[in-house]
Amino acid sequence: MKLKIEPRLSSSWRLSVFIPVFSLAAALFSGGVFLYFMGVSPFQAYRVILTASLGDAYGLSETVVKAIPLTMTGIAVMLSFTMLIWNIGAEGQIFVGAIAATAVVRFFYTDSRAVMLIMMFLAAGAAGGIWAAIAGFMKAKWSVNEIITTLMLNYIAMNLLNYFVFGPWRDPSSLGFPMTPPFPDAARLPVFWGTRIHGGLILAIILPLLFWFVLKFTRWGYEIRVMGENPRAAGFAGMNYLWNVVLVMFISGAIAGIAGMCELSGLQGRLQHGFSGGYGFTAIIVAWLARLHPFAIVLVSFLMGILLVGGETLQIVMRLPLSSIMVLQGLILFFVLGGEFFRKYKIRAVGAEEAVHLHAPQSGEEK
Amino acid sequence: MNTEQPLVRMEGITKRFAGVTANLGIDFEVRRGEVHALLGENGAGKSTLMNVLYGLYRPDSGKIYISGREMCFSSPADARKAGIGMVHQHFMLIQSQTVWENMILGLDGLPLVLPRRDIRDRILAISEKYGLQVDPDAYIWQLSIGEQQRVAILQMLFRQANILILDEPTAVLTPQECEHLFETVRQMTAEGHGIVFISHKLDEVMGLSSRVTILRKGKLSGTLDTSSTTKERLAELMVGKKMVFSIDKKELARGRPVLECSSLHSLGDRGFPAVNGASIAVHEHEILGIAGVAGNGQQELCEAMVGLRKAESGSIRVKGEDMTNRAPKDFIDRGVHYIPADRKGTGLVPNMKVSENSILKRYWKRPVSKGFFIKWSEVAAFAIKLVSQFSVSTPSVETPVRNLSGGNLQKLMLGRELSDDPAVVLAVHPTWGLDVAATCFVREQLLGHRERGGALLLVSEDLDELISMSDRLAVMCKGEIMGILERPMEVPVESIGLMMAGTAIPEDAFSREGSQE
Repeated sequence: MKLKIEPRLSSSWRLSVFIPVFSLAAALFSGGVFLYFMGVSPFQAYRVILTASLGDAYGLSETVVKAIPLTMTGIAVMLSFTMLIWNIGAEGQIFVGAIAATAVVRFFYTDSRAVMLIMMFLAAGAAGGIWAAIAGFMKAKWSVNEIITTLMLNYIAMNLLNYFVFGPWRDPSSLGFPMTPPFPDAARLPVFWGTRIHGGLILAIILPLLFWFVLKFTRWGYEIRVMGENPRAAGFAGMNYLWNVVLVMFISGAIAGIAGMCELSGLQGRLQHGFSGGYGFTAIIVAWLARLHPFAIVLVSFLMGILLVGGETLQIVMRLPLSSIMVLQGLILFFVLGGEFFRKYKIRAVGAEEAVHLHAPQSGEEK
Repeated sequence: MNTEQPLVRMEGITKRFAGVTANLGIDFEVRRGEVHALLGENGAGKSTLMNVLYGLYRPDSGKIYISGREMCFSSPADARKAGIGMVHQHFMLIQSQTVWENMILGLDGLPLVLPRRDIRDRILAISEKYGLQVDPDAYIWQLSIGEQQRVAILQMLFRQANILILDEPTAVLTPQECEHLFETVRQMTAEGHGIVFISHKLDEVMGLSSRVTILRKGKLSGTLDTSSTTKERLAELMVGKKMVFSIDKKELARGRPVLECSSLHSLGDRGFPAVNGASIAVHEHEILGIAGVAGNGQQELCEAMVGLRKAESGSIRVKGEDMTNRAPKDFIDRGVHYIPADRKGTGLVPNMKVSENSILKRYWKRPVSKGFFIKWSEVAAFAIKLVSQFSVSTPSVETPVRNLSGGNLQKLMLGRELSDDPAVVLAVHPTWGLDVAATCFVREQLLGHRERGGALLLVSEDLDELISMSDRLAVMCKGEIMGILERPMEVPVESIGLMMAGTAIPEDAFSREGSQE
């Protein structure tokens, strides 16, 4: 007897709902075991997470505040992943977007809020876009692995940001903290309902709708999907793969850069050390969990927001380190991505004789 | 002459895969110190037979004897223990490790601390003996393809294999490297090894082997002593007797030229010349067949003529317009359509729906597309029409293409490429692997295209199909057009075999003979 793994010919929608839900349950269960060994009651911990993030208007608004950059960045990486281009550099693109927006505030300041915000928006988009397009160009032109380049560009961006906030842009009155002076009001996005929810919310709603529409209903969206599924067929159909790699990376980076600008201008109001908090990396998880569907990205971002807000509270209420929340996140990703395997393949026990046939060639006819 | 037990004897090997008989009752043997060539076209069953010998497949029936003892291999490990080594076309080497590390890959019973010096000494001794110069400390990625092949052979000798299967070893080599390889092979046979040399290059087979076994369509065509045969005889055994099937083909006067190339040179995927100065023209109302042993540049020629492969020199014209090295899209826009051999890998997107696949070549055209947008209602309507017109059997147009059978994949692709009445279609192995009904359907559709005024360039390994379908037949060998036959039906198949083997024959030789008879 041997175990044989074979692809599922068709995957029902039932399966694609059941498997993620079951994976999430398994993740929460094993997370519970982990919390138990951390010396806290899992039930209590999960209750704290839920009440802190959803229990009242403040908690809910904080969850939304976290979900905004995650959604935007999630859309950014989703776009590149759809084309099977692995943009792991959203974090760096957030940073350069924020740096560019800060530069606009420092050097091109005007009192008009509309002009100011549009300039910051464009600068952040251009900076993030170019940052990612560098990796895209090297991939298209010389087949340089974009996973490595985007990842390395993250560190460059991170240290560039550190250079500015520790160096020339440091606020002299910050008592030595690595941060720029607070932005004037004209460079701040509006906030809503007396919470910290900012204008980025509008983009976090528009972008998923826009890219859902683009991928589904436009010619370019069709091209991107074909190129992601089968680049050879794309070339055969006359599509320009190289140019589109650069374009997709530019747009992906631009969205991430703009997410950085929103976080900067809407929430923090100044550029500072350690400014993103890893949204660019979490976005990769978000996009995968959402199976690259734009609307699912919104949902998963919100769930991630719950975990982040709940996690912060857990730190305070139950004295758990932040890393324990990261362990929970990791467990969820592990189980959901693991579950993905079962959606695509089924495992069957077979006799030894049949196992030999595994090596049968692809001989034209399937059945 | 040789009375001792052969190293390998295979008797009545039969192997079937889901409906396809890859080997039927094949006998094969290898003696000590001989090079036994295994000859046949793609799909003739060479690889299957060798994979049976190497323990990758278990035969449905038949017996394998190694030095007279009956063996039953359940894995390549068993075969290796019996002294069989195989050098695949794609070498099974670890790129990031050194030569000597690759030598001991998968060896049992190594001591905990590797005897590096012993290993290196043995490598050097073997490479000295067989003329396989290679630096034991070099990393595989540093080596050229030819050197990597040496390492792969060395690996087998290191494991004391005395039966070596070389799977089209010269396909990846330069002429100089080939000469070097042949020296090594001769040295190995002098040492008493038995070599199976898989190839479809007749010159090499004639020059190197002592015996040759020819397979055709899964069956044994014959085993001959190389010294008492000729290239022409081998070519004939490889392609078989002419079996013209009756097809309903109207007599049509040839129209204007649609797609032409002249003195075209193109490189293959590995960067070696694949098309060497080919000049052909396909006309309206005409099927131009291209015959040739697999891998003689037919596929590359087609790719170059639709803009998918760079033309190093020479020119390509579509309806008189110079299109040399233009983008594939420009070719499509001028009605040059292509049916690639690799259906799932190139022609279709397996994970996308039938409807999405149906518009791959028209997604920018009305009514399917309007402005920047794709109108999915139009796409569905088009796909439904296509599916019924070309009788593609699919549950719905929403079904992913990967779930369709080979015949239906081909019908879908055929429908997509033929539905606009394109000016010219290049079809590579359009009936390969299809059942009889699907084959007939595909041929009818292609003939219909010719009747509507279309031009067709047909590449096939089925010589019967080519002869029956084509108005003219070009024969390719080593990237060159050996000649274009005006009336392929009237040409003796031996002559076509001769041209496939590389003998150029003046174009008008046969037509004159034909008119005299």
